[in-house]
Amino acid sequence: MSRRTLLTYGVAAISVVAFTLFIGWWRVDGPGAPEPAAQRPLPLTQMDFQMTDQGGATVGPASLLGNPSMVFFGFTYCPDVCPTTLSDISGWLDDLGDDVADMNVVFITVDPERDSVAAMAEYVSYFHPAIQGWSGTLEETERAAAGFRASYAKVATEGDDYTMNHTASVFLFDAEGQFASTIDYHEPREFAVPKIRRVLARAEEETS
Amino acid sequence: MRYSTALALAFSMLVGLPTASVAGSEDIVVEDAWSRASIGINRPGAAYMTLRNTGTDTVTLLGLETPLAMMPDIHETKTDANGVSSMGPVGEITIPAGESVALEPGGMHAMLMRLQTKMVEGETFPLTLTFADGGTLTVDVPILGIAARGPEG
Ligand SMILES: [Cu+2]
Repeated sequence: MSRRTLLTYGVAAISVVAFTLFIGWWRVDGPGAPEPAAQRPLPLTQMDFQMTDQGGATVGPASLLGNPSMVFFGFTYCPDVCPTTLSDISGWLDDLGDDVADMNVVFITVDPERDSVAAMAEYVSYFHPAIQGWSGTLEETERAAAGFRASYAKVATEGDDYTMNHTASVFLFDAEGQFASTIDYHEPREFAVPKIRRVLARAEEETS
Repeated sequence: MRYSTALALAFSMLVGLPTASVAGSEDIVVEDAWSRASIGINRPGAAYMTLRNTGTDTVTLLGLETPLAMMPDIHETKTDANGVSSMGPVGEITIPAGESVALEPGGMHAMLMRLQTKMVEGETFPLTLTFADGGTLTVDVPILGIAARGPEG
């Protein structure tokens, strides 16, 4: 084989490898990555659970229809992730101002044994006034998490105490209750606010 | 900035001096320490700060002590591929010479379990860092609002 042929084969081989790697990236991590169906929340219209909001009213997924919604799970005995998420969301809501006036923003506790309606009411009062706090029975909490494909687990800590592992993503739904997108924990605000704006814009298009 | 917060921040700059005759930990500087106010004393608190090693030796942080909480510990939050967050003790932290280690939301935090008193916005509390070389460093940590996002509030 001549040097030239070798070189041609070499370049071709490298191109194939590079292309394969690119395709792999595109499908797995890149824009071509499918949203795993099993992990995508159901439409709100297909969920079924009942909880109590911070004002004592009975609420459920149907309460959220008619306006876009932002829903996330957590618990008030959470020292790091939950206050951070609630203050991040408060910041996004401040940035969005009046545009976000009709959006439902709901914090659902995964620890209803400690997070009573009163505890949730006090906790959410320290954050943006649009943030609601929902608490249900253990069974209803399970049903809610199942609908959102969220998971949580009680974990024992030192000294007879416990903490909760839980899904920390924020779920966005349009006014019809269709799942729109997820804002992952740690996602910078530059990405979060435009995502919320897109859902709001979609809601506007649908009503006009 | 509210007067009480300004006072707390000014106070935090008067960081304690490390004990004498130790190897390395006297070169640790604590910056931007802050924590959030608590609701009562049943829920654990968290404090954040940056530990900067201005010396030429690696320094190892072993643990924490504070009159505020019976069980202070260094924790780390991890979020897995499915978006599930969990937290647990990290053990010791090594701070290489010339480098900084940040305790910040979503990463590491000083977990303050079994609070003895409520954490009140505008106040501060002393937190003692214990190092492997036997040195200790006490920092006054400002307590900001419950919705604080960083050392500036
Ligand atoms: Cu912790």
